[in-house]
Amino acid sequence: MGPLVPDIISTNLNYIVALVLGIFFGAILEQAGFSTSKKLVGLFYGYDFTVLRVFFTAGVVAMIGVMGLSYFGLLDINLVYINPTFFWSAVVGGVIMGLGFVVGGFCPGTSVCAAAIGKIDAMIFIAGAFIGVLIFGEGYEMFEPLYKATNWGAPRIFDSLGLSQSVFAFLMTSVALFAFWMTSIIENKVNKVSKPPIRFTPYYVSLGVLGLVIALSAFAFPDRKSDLLELNLQSENIKIDKMSVDEFAYRIMDEYDNKLQVIDFRKDKEFKKMSLPKSTQFTIDNLFEKEPNRLLALKHKINVFIAEDEATAIKYAAIAKELGYKRIKVLDGGLDKFKQEILNYQIKNVFNSVDEENTNRFRLKAKEIIPVMISQNKISGPVVKKQKRVVGGC
Amino acid sequence: MNLEHNNQPAPYMNSYLAGALLGILLIATIYITGRGLGASGAIKSYAVATVETVTPTHAENTKFYKEYSKEHSGSPLMNWLVFEVTGVLIGAFLSGLIANRLNFKMEMGPNSTSKIRIAGALIGGILWGIGSQLGRGCTSGAALSGLAVLSTGGILTMMAIFAGAYIFAYFFRKMWI
Repeated sequence: MGPLVPDIISTNLNYIVALVLGIFFGAILEQAGFSTSKKLVGLFYGYDFTVLRVFFTAGVVAMIGVMGLSYFGLLDINLVYINPTFFWSAVVGGVIMGLGFVVGGFCPGTSVCAAAIGKIDAMIFIAGAFIGVLIFGEGYEMFEPLYKATNWGAPRIFDSLGLSQSVFAFLMTSVALFAFWMTSIIENKVNKVSKPPIRFTPYYVSLGVLGLVIALSAFAFPDRKSDLLELNLQSENIKIDKMSVDEFAYRIMDEYDNKLQVIDFRKDKEFKKMSLPKSTQFTIDNLFEKEPNRLLALKHKINVFIAEDEATAIKYAAIAKELGYKRIKVLDGGLDKFKQEILNYQIKNVFNSVDEENTNRFRLKAKEIIPVMISQNKISGPVVKKQKRVVGGC
Repeated sequence: MNLEHNNQPAPYMNSYLAGALLGILLIATIYITGRGLGASGAIKSYAVATVETVTPTHAENTKFYKEYSKEHSGSPLMNWLVFEVTGVLIGAFLSGLIANRLNFKMEMGPNSTSKIRIAGALIGGILWGIGSQLGRGCTSGAALSGLAVLSTGGILTMMAIFAGAYIFAYFFRKMWI
């Protein structure tokens, strides 16, 4: 599960990765024509919309790609850097940058590209940006109130707008496609090209189809979590294996049994009051995270889910199964039945079969041993996220 | 300087193809490193490193540099974006070399002059330096990478950049058209 830093790729190797990714970044920007200010500002005077096409194609492709990766459980979005939102700082800073764009003819990334191929204006621009940072640093006292005001945390846009992720992504892609169409009309008008901007040639037809496929694929990758939390057990026909209370009690008592792993979804308070041996406290969020993922993915373990009630445990087990975890079971009858038939077992004197007599003997023994084990049990979990979000941004 | 004036520079790549490649690169970056691409942060690192080297006492007593060194351990130049932007320089240079676009020159609109262009580039750069601090990133770090991870702040900054540019474009048209 991504991101690969810092587990698979160390922090030091990450610098080399940065260099390599940067080389591709620079090469693509230069090849796209971002190394000339005349092409860049063309966007604002209507004679060249290259920047808009490249920028929004890249943005939409990356957006859908990231959605796809997290949908298939390949990327833990909780660990990815989400740019924080400071409302007024973002708006004022953006407008200042917009002014800088038409005055300077570059943005920082493109100025580096242009300087690399010898553009003198780009080198002056970089010197200016350097001075700009120093001005911000020296005048920090003045900028700070604005810089730190209206801190919204790091929300995602679909949450801020109250839309689903899919709907936002679809709208965003549609707006981009519409913008590509409109701007090509404007571009031709400004440049006095008489050919119609979009013709029924294989090139435009396949572009349009591709755009449409990307827009619609937004619905193929809904936010996994909200999608699964609404999982309907009846209609999905998911079967969850159950473990009887006797087997459960037996495996808890058996010190040589290293297969049982109890995943306890109860609230903090109840878990602290009574936690079973071999159990780990989990939250529903843990199921979607990279760290806890390892515990559930351990081979040879049988994961028995328990929650406040059996229905909740079954639901969480179904979600875990949908996420691809194997050997997931729930405790038959839930903790209530376990308490009633094991912990508070009432002795019987009349038996209909040998089996019942054996069960009676076993339960009497379990009733004595398990409460002692519970009282001696050290609490483990909830699985704390050791990994923090990646620190990113500029 | 004009050693290559006989050779025509290669045409630019198709915009949609370049965009798709850039998008895939951004996906790879997020998948590998958990963060997006950027640019202005590298300039900030160089600025902080310069101040820390030239006037260390000033850096120790000024809030901005203090907050920076609190958030970033080690030298400001041991920074992901510094390495990435070094890569951008190399990549763009190689691309320009292959496409026959290496040339020392200054570009400006037909009605502009060198002086105006120099002043414009310098002032524009200064504005980006300040603006990218307030916006917590530039077109790459805030707008593009922010859009990829659907960050509210990044998309807000993106809209503000483009809105700002369109608002002011009219007043500076003599510089470009």
